Amino acid sequence: MNLTLKVWRQKNTEDKGKLVTYPASDISPDMSFLEMLDVVNEGLIKKNEDPIHFDHDCREGICGMCSLHINGRPHGPKQGITTCQLHMRSFKDGETIVIEPWRAAAFPVIKDLATNREAFERIQQAGGFISVNTGGVPDANEIPIPKVIADEAFNSATCIQCGACVAACKNASAMLFVSAKVSQLALLPQGQPERYRRVQAMVAQMDAEGFGNCTNTGACEAECPKEISISNIARMNRDYLNAKLFKDEY
Amino acid sequence: MKLDSKIPEGPLAEKWPKHKFNLKLVNPANKRKYTVIVVGTGLAGASAAASLAELGYNVKSFCFQDSPRRAHSIAAQGGINAAKNYQNDGDSVYRLFYDTIKGGDYRAREANVYRLADVSVNIIDQCVAQGVPFAREYGGLLDNRSFGGAQVSRTFYARGQTGQQLLLGAYSALSRQIGLGTVKQYNRHEMMDIVTIDGEAKGIITRDLISGKIESHAGHAVLLCTGGYGNVFYLSTNAMGCNVTAAWKAHKRGAYFGNPCFTQIHPTCIPVSGDHQSKLTLMSESLRNDGRVWAPKTVELAQKLRKGEIKVTDLKESDRDYFLERKYPAFGNLVPRDVASRNAKEMVDEGRGVGASGVAVFLDFADAISRLGEDAVRAKYGNLFDMYYQITDEDPYKQPMRIYPAVHYTMGGLWVDYNLQTTVKGLYCLGEANFSDHGANRLGASALMQGLADGYFVIPYTVGDYLATIGPKPVDASHPAFAETKRQVEERIQKLLSLKGTRTVDDFHRDLGHIMWEYCGMARTEEGLIKAKGLIRELRENFWKDAIVPGGNNEMNQSLEKAARVADFLELGELMVDDALNRKESCGGHFRVESQTEEGEALRDDVNFSYVAAWEYRGDNMPEELHKEELVFENVKLTQRSYK
Ligand SMILES: Cc1cc2nc3c(=O)[nH]c(=O)nc-3n(C[C@H](O)[C@H](O)[C@H](O)COP(=O)(O)OP(=O)(O)OC[C@H]3O[C@@H](n4cnc5c(N)ncnc54)[C@H](O)[C@@H]3O)c2cc1C
Ligand code: FES
Repeated sequence: MNLTLKVWRQKNTEDKGKLVTYPASDISPDMSFLEMLDVVNEGLIKKNEDPIHFDHDCREGICGMCSLHINGRPHGPKQGITTCQLHMRSFKDGETIVIEPWRAAAFPVIKDLATNREAFERIQQAGGFISVNTGGVPDANEIPIPKVIADEAFNSATCIQCGACVAACKNASAMLFVSAKVSQLALLPQGQPERYRRVQAMVAQMDAEGFGNCTNTGACEAECPKEISISNIARMNRDYLNAKLFKDEY
Repeated sequence: MKLDSKIPEGPLAEKWPKHKFNLKLVNPANKRKYTVIVVGTGLAGASAAASLAELGYNVKSFCFQDSPRRAHSIAAQGGINAAKNYQNDGDSVYRLFYDTIKGGDYRAREANVYRLADVSVNIIDQCVAQGVPFAREYGGLLDNRSFGGAQVSRTFYARGQTGQQLLLGAYSALSRQIGLGTVKQYNRHEMMDIVTIDGEAKGIITRDLISGKIESHAGHAVLLCTGGYGNVFYLSTNAMGCNVTAAWKAHKRGAYFGNPCFTQIHPTCIPVSGDHQSKLTLMSESLRNDGRVWAPKTVELAQKLRKGEIKVTDLKESDRDYFLERKYPAFGNLVPRDVASRNAKEMVDEGRGVGASGVAVFLDFADAISRLGEDAVRAKYGNLFDMYYQITDEDPYKQPMRIYPAVHYTMGGLWVDYNLQTTVKGLYCLGEANFSDHGANRLGASALMQGLADGYFVIPYTVGDYLATIGPKPVDASHPAFAETKRQVEERIQKLLSLKGTRTVDDFHRDLGHIMWEYCGMARTEEGLIKAKGLIRELRENFWKDAIVPGGNNEMNQSLEKAARVADFLELGELMVDDALNRKESCGGHFRVESQTEEGEALRDDVNFSYVAAWEYRGDNMPEELHKEELVFENVKLTQRSYK
């Protein structure tokens, strides 16, 4: 296949950046999207030009590193997969593909298609954990957990922290990401002691990072490669309200 | 230098408790006067950094990804072993120890492996307390599955993403410490070298991957938790960024490299689809519980299939050779990873491979589907079937999967003693990056166990002993050794950036991968290895003449990152070949064609090779010196593996 790429090139955070057009020729439909970019980059390097920078590592949809906005959609046209799981057979010969980085004030561009997602790190550090030290914990089977609860917590825990939810949202809200972590730990018995403190701390940090508000458009859920449900957001809102109302009790 | 493994005296089960008691402790008030550098945030690094910070040490933690949670451990699928015996099926610490020693083909230390099995039970407790959502039964208790090389169900799992859930547990503990200010986290930082002063590790030099700034970091001890080096083969199931640089730099500063040729090749991966291929995807070992492996009976049939003259569904039962079932009636499709891999290669070498390239065999679920029904198969393997379909555009419910072996794990790594200290004082190595515990072959679900055992339960004790010995004297980066090492790093970067030849770094990496795969892969011969050595040297020389590395240092420069890593792989490759040449026996994942039984199975040579090969670096392009650590087996009887 032969394609035309319009790729966002930006030297560094300060640079203004622009779309640059590149041909992608002799592309096999069996290639992954990132392998297609590898081929284009090999061509650029041979001309001693700077290749297109993008984040990636595992290339199997689990590390959350890859983060491309393809034809206006985070992780491209297909549902329930990451960019690295997308294959070229999902495109048509002769097509023009526009590739941009995640767009959000809280995710500044580092270079080309790579963005800085450290805001997510700080939210996790504010409360995305259960405070146990190594050693001195009870036997694992002393905490029975009903399978339905465990499964529900698991669904929330599948988040790969890629940031597609933020990129998909017109307000650049991080509610889906934050609520997935809050839900996982709020559902489990181990998470109860810090349940209300956690939700307040994580939401406060989320606000401090400059993520937008949630207006319930559902775009985050639609674009999440792990198909995490927005019911997590409802659960988080409930916990947050409770935490505010009964502040003195927690 | 004579190798001292520091294995404690006494009966196997008492070694670790006694040793822990004998180790020196650091006074709680003094702990904050020490800084420990932890490179790597996978299971080994994140668990170590969090645990040490909880104890009160200052920790500096580094990874090259943009978040500690993205370390390669995240990709592990199948599960983690622990001798909990929750299933009441006869498991015990001793049985896990025994299975691991035997699975490793008797090339690991008894004492280390016993300790690993012993602390395995604490790992599960720790993870559950952190909120790791392991699979559960309807009664609310934890579920287990069975894995290769074991007759008990001791594998804990979290759907097909055990690695992600375990790492998120360790990452949450680490994040908590970062929030508390006890750990300073450096993301997008690559360790470029180790700094030693009077033979002891006192810090590292890093490159900030965003700004290119070269920085010095001083500490009282350095822990390398930097993962495996399977990417020396270019194509592997490892993440793209996995590399040997940290371990290799340590090696060049005096840390011996243990058993570098011990590589694990996993039998069930999705085959290569073309030259553009950048990595390989694993299909879980659990598939062999229900899938049957076969190849066409004759070369003619295979040729017709490859040309598309016939379809796989046209092949009659009598045209199919279920070669594992035929050759190993007792174990059938469930033979260990190395045996299954070698047999698939044999089929392909005979010309009976399938797929357009001819480099694959079939893994067929037709029987399982007719026996159990499509729904039952979907419930068990649905996500793997989807993944296969996504990548190949072929529906495994309708036609057999095509699979082929791929490089998956490296048992070799930096040599460490019982305390996980390398031959450089103050320099420790944890997780896949070290050589210990798995011998010549790793059992499924044991790498996750080892990483967490090292980080949560071993290093907090052993590094304390060293720190107590050296005392809390301040360390800082003003010592001239830092400036000198930094200068060397900068010089190397400039040398790489000055390369303006005609071939890309990936091109060299691909070539290296071909050489390694061909001559130092599933079957190794003396002749082939000698040839490989020459080819690698030639390739390395060409790299330093003809590679192209665009861009500069003071910016994000992924070409430079790659070039620095590949340059180290080009050196490591030769050492792997030397090690494979030296080890004239077949054992575990290392199959020397010259050393096989009459039936063509691997033949171990315990009289001459029951040792760990620890290699000492002596200078660029100089032969490395071999040191042998004899392995003493006081508890298990060495037997030749048989799966017939
Ligand atoms: C596809 C796949 C599936 C697997 N499934 C299983 C399984 O089911 N069960 C099992 O037990 N094992 C499994 N394994 C093996 C297991 O996942 C790994 O062996 C293990 O996770 C390694 O952990 P680690 O902490 O040692 O290193 P890693 O997780 O690889 O972490 C390495 C860390 O070091 C950092 N690093 C490396 N070099 C540098 C440098 N120069 N500077 C700074 N930072 C650096 C990286 O950023 C990263 O944080 C699997 C492996 C693969 C490839
Ligand atoms: S590269 Fe890891 S999720 Fe895409």
